Amino acid sequence: MKTLENLKYTKSDEWVLVEGNIATVGVTDYAQDQLSDVVFVEITVDVDDSIKKQSHIATIESVKAAADVNSPVSGKIIEINQALANTPEQVNTDPFGAAWMIKLEISAPAELAELMSAKEYEDFCSTRSH
Amino acid sequence: MFIPHTKAETAQMLESIGVKSIEDLFSVVPKIFRFPNLNLPTGVTEMEVLSEMKDYAAANETVEDLICFLGAGAYHHYIPAAVDMLLRRGEFYTAYTPYQPEISQGTLQAVFEFQTLIANLTGMDVSNASHYDGATATAEAGIMAYHNYRGKRPKILLSGSVNPHNREVLCSYLCGFENIEIETAGLENPLQTSPDELIRLVDEDTSLVVVQYPDFFGRIFDLSRLANEVHSKGAMLAVVANPTALGLLKTPGEFGADIVVGEGQPLGIPLSYGGPYLGFFSTKKEYVRKIAGRLVGETVDAKGNRGYVLTLTAREQHIRREKSTSNICSNQGLMALAATIYLSLLGKNGLKQVANLCYQKTHYAAKKINELPGFKVHDEQPFFHEFVVDCPIEAKIVNERLLENQILGGYELEKSYPGLGRSLLIAVTEMNTVEEIDYLVNSLAEVSHA
Repeated sequence: MKTLENLKYTKSDEWVLVEGNIATVGVTDYAQDQLSDVVFVEITVDVDDSIKKQSHIATIESVKAAADVNSPVSGKIIEINQALANTPEQVNTDPFGAAWMIKLEISAPAELAELMSAKEYEDFCSTRSH
Repeated sequence: MFIPHTKAETAQMLESIGVKSIEDLFSVVPKIFRFPNLNLPTGVTEMEVLSEMKDYAAANETVEDLICFLGAGAYHHYIPAAVDMLLRRGEFYTAYTPYQPEISQGTLQAVFEFQTLIANLTGMDVSNASHYDGATATAEAGIMAYHNYRGKRPKILLSGSVNPHNREVLCSYLCGFENIEIETAGLENPLQTSPDELIRLVDEDTSLVVVQYPDFFGRIFDLSRLANEVHSKGAMLAVVANPTALGLLKTPGEFGADIVVGEGQPLGIPLSYGGPYLGFFSTKKEYVRKIAGRLVGETVDAKGNRGYVLTLTAREQHIRREKSTSNICSNQGLMALAATIYLSLLGKNGLKQVANLCYQKTHYAAKKINELPGFKVHDEQPFFHEFVVDCPIEAKIVNERLLENQILGGYELEKSYPGLGRSLLIAVTEMNTVEEIDYLVNSLAEVSHA
């Protein structure tokens, strides 16, 4: 599995990129590997929605399963990745890049402290049974 | 298979919840209601029961006994003998999609054919495996649209000329939803209201507009302007369609409908006092993951042979129960099969011929009735196989007199539209002969003289 040092992670396999007060959210390489071929992504929030940490933001459907994506942090949505609906396979090919899902303005920066570092996330994943 | 509990199991369960006997579980029910004396007559033999039941059955008057001009959502059509013959084959004889569906390739192929037929008939991209009836299919359209906008567009706008049963069922299904607002337009003057008058009521809060085609009064309207206006507000258009009419008319898909639903009973399913019937539901490809119910897809197996599977099931309630948007995860399998056989037997030209016969006979009847003094047919708008006629006296009395002549008259519109006490909705199908229509006209003439 691949991780990136500059990201923060959740136990439910989302990643967050923090730039100033803007957070970009997607799902991890580990998640896409578990799901196998992703065939459908639906982002279930809209720009300007204010969401809380753990709010449902997207549904991913693969040939094996359907999974929910929840927001790791609270904030106001400023952008959603519209293109992903037409190219859901990018969740498999570029989970940390082209397959970002939402960008939001962080409203509770303290929540970031609860997220895992790349190392912590790798350790966490290695303890999980497949 | 039902396996009853053993005495030991029962005793164990009673002990674990701390009661002595099963009777203790009912102690809150007053004793006099627990084992009431039903005062039943003494038993009779099977022979006697059969005889009595036959008498009850003979008391029914059906379309076999009466000349039928009643429609209003359920229609008397000819059903080729082969429909029932094939339907009752043991391989097919089950009401639902099987629990291990892929092992029943024949059933899945039949459902796939049904979906293809409905998609073609309605002019849409994709159809599901069916619903219980037209009314529940209409309700599913409302549910789908509500969830498509994730509850952010709470308003569903219904045309008053949608079948009242469909409107009522939609309300039953949806009135408990958060923030939902169901508005019905044109109930005051339904016969003077066209679909275009819904346009001014469509706003940014509207998720779905529902119209019927032909409408409940049999009228045919061009829905393209409505579709454009609904889309310009970002909302969806659902059309409740009569499948027989679609053999002759432009499809709702060509008008730009987003969802087409309807009652499949006219496609080879007997009237049977109201059921079992068949709901169909088709939509555009972009909504394929939003639709309720089963969906059969065609694929190839490991050897490259064609095969059928239930597909896109991740959206369904048996996989993601807590996130599902509908509780429907089955279909009306046997009735869908009947419709599939019916459409296959008739073919494109056969269905068109049935529709054309209905159309021509209905217009013959309308013309003759309109010539009767005191009767006025609403023919301002093109109509298909049903029309409204205003009678010189109460429609209820007209029907009573018609029944004396062994005629099952039209639908008394006052039952659904207060104020239309003198209006009858008359349906004519290919089953009505010219002689029967002339007999209806003569009977109506007698009614007005009386």
